[in-house]
Amino acid sequence: MLLEVAELAVDVATRGGFQRVVDRTSFSLDEGESLGVVGESGSGKTMTALALMGLTPEGASVSGSIRFDGRELTGLDDNAMRQLRGDRMAMIFQEPMTALNPLRRVGAQVAEPLMLHRALSKREAHARAVALLEHVRLAEPERAARSYPFQLSGGERQRAMIAMAIGCGPRLVIADEPTTALDVTVQARILALIDGLKSESKMAILLVSHDLAVIAGHCDRVIVMYAGMIMESGPVEAVLRQPRNPYTLALLEARPRPGAPRGVRLKTIPGSPPIARERRKGCPFAGRCTLTIEICRTVAPPEIAFGAGHISRCHRAGEVGLAP
Amino acid sequence: MSDAPLLEVSSLVKIYRSPGIGPFARKNARPALAGVSFSMHQGRSFGIVGESGSGKSTLARIALALDKPDSGMVRLQGRSLFDLPRRELRATRAHMQMIFQDPYGSLDPRQRVEKIVAEPLAALGGAAGAERHARVRASLEAVGLQASDARKHPHEFSGGQRQRIAIARALITRPKLVVADEPVSALDVSVQAQTLNLMSDLERDAGVTFLLISHDLAVVAHLCETTAVMYRGRIVEIGETAAMFAHPAHPYTRELVDATPRLDGVRHREERSDAAIQGAVGRPETPGLLRFARNDELVSETLEGCPYAARCAFARPRCREEAPVLETKGGGSRKVACHFPLD
Repeated sequence: MLLEVAELAVDVATRGGFQRVVDRTSFSLDEGESLGVVGESGSGKTMTALALMGLTPEGASVSGSIRFDGRELTGLDDNAMRQLRGDRMAMIFQEPMTALNPLRRVGAQVAEPLMLHRALSKREAHARAVALLEHVRLAEPERAARSYPFQLSGGERQRAMIAMAIGCGPRLVIADEPTTALDVTVQARILALIDGLKSESKMAILLVSHDLAVIAGHCDRVIVMYAGMIMESGPVEAVLRQPRNPYTLALLEARPRPGAPRGVRLKTIPGSPPIARERRKGCPFAGRCTLTIEICRTVAPPEIAFGAGHISRCHRAGEVGLAP
Repeated sequence: MSDAPLLEVSSLVKIYRSPGIGPFARKNARPALAGVSFSMHQGRSFGIVGESGSGKSTLARIALALDKPDSGMVRLQGRSLFDLPRRELRATRAHMQMIFQDPYGSLDPRQRVEKIVAEPLAALGGAAGAERHARVRASLEAVGLQASDARKHPHEFSGGQRQRIAIARALITRPKLVVADEPVSALDVSVQAQTLNLMSDLERDAGVTFLLISHDLAVVAHLCETTAVMYRGRIVEIGETAAMFAHPAHPYTRELVDATPRLDGVRHREERSDAAIQGAVGRPETPGLLRFARNDELVSETLEGCPYAARCAFARPRCREEAPVLETKGGGSRKVACHFPLD
């Protein structure tokens, strides 16, 4: 296993004390595999990704175990994490305009990790950067290398950031909403690019997205998060075709369906997600869930397996999706 | 008069000119709108889809008379907006409102909800005291908020509730037309569903017709009977929404449909794009790699010819020489601007 996460918890310091934003999540990721993490805002999906990279905000406390490439990452000091980041693991952010330095040429930014981690000379690194920009299918890679980020379009910037991420041949790439800010046609190309890079280099991808359909098309397995907890996980096909958790089902049913009659009522989820400090006892989705019974409010839901790695955390998992 | 379209725009042209000096000046200004015409009717919401740079937001601004076109006309219920005297335009504008994408940025954080929601009334000469209060309350209740919410500030609400406040503000003048620019794309899926349901209700019960601008085909198909697809300042296809997305006639519409992520995932998508490529006039492209290899940003366009030709998998020489015009296809309401429309 390339990545094994066990009982990962992240607590963030706020004025009202510590708040748990990621709650004892466990999952793993193999070489060449892609894992989708889906959830709404506040689900803890981005914080999970940041914890893997050692990039949680100041004052956050991370507990549990993150084993990457045979090495335990929790407890590593900043220096050791810095050596891993951009080398063995890399991250692609949602908005390349904020992730790229606006005052430096794109080529220099792509070259930087190569000089840092591979000790290439400036000239070697630059030549390699141009090759990388070509590899991510940027038209006119020389021109792109000479450009500043603002001179590129959104799609081009995202390609440049991908070039920067894959420069040192990372084994794990974490992509947090990599295409959310892009047009759908550009999104399709960027996702296809990531797919292609994955299959040629056998790197693992952790794709964080709010969009189940993006994950459906580009991931092998999926984790559905809610209020910091993994509610359901398993092979994408199984989870989307037959969700075993009421929250996953609700997410699927809330989407307007292509081809459905116009104006048909969409199913909504009543209420709003619990605020972090209000959580703890029972299931975090209790109260908003149509299947809620007494035990849901008092006892944390167990993990129930449905074969082939498909797991749902729900007291009534066996009844999900059946006619009421 | 009652048969007049709710909104009619004809031959809109808008060119944003840069000053033409300095390092960032663009040599050839490309029109943001290059002759856009359509009409929409009361009670039948109308969708506009297209990517960034297609001119859809410029069109929204001009439809609301927030900006002037270089040429062309906008009529609201038969009255030409740009021929109205200033004062009348102000009053007419009150019948048209707008909802923006970002429910955080579009509400002034220092104001109470009451003041935010009542703001459009000023264009109608304002309303004071009890009347203003009653209208704010009615507006808040129409979107499922409480009358008591009027005393709160925006930060006390969730994202979905803030979008409701924005909708309540748009409704307070009892507008006929509401232009909604990406109203749900910043919202979580569950909140998005609530907002879309609310918009359906308002169309049915409150006599509001939406001009909905979105990049999300499923959202547009959910609300709009008719939709126009824009590309680089032109309408390239227009027609009944569901039929058009099921059987696109313009290759760009097809590209949008194909690019939309679907829950039925990978296999489906590969079948579609392979079919698209095989149909591409016998081009020797490797299936599946077409989209992958081609860089969307690499578009060297000319003003002659079809604006989509540089990206089109089906383009033939004629497409680069002669611009196609929007023409009726197949006898129905569908119109397409393509020399070689898809079947």
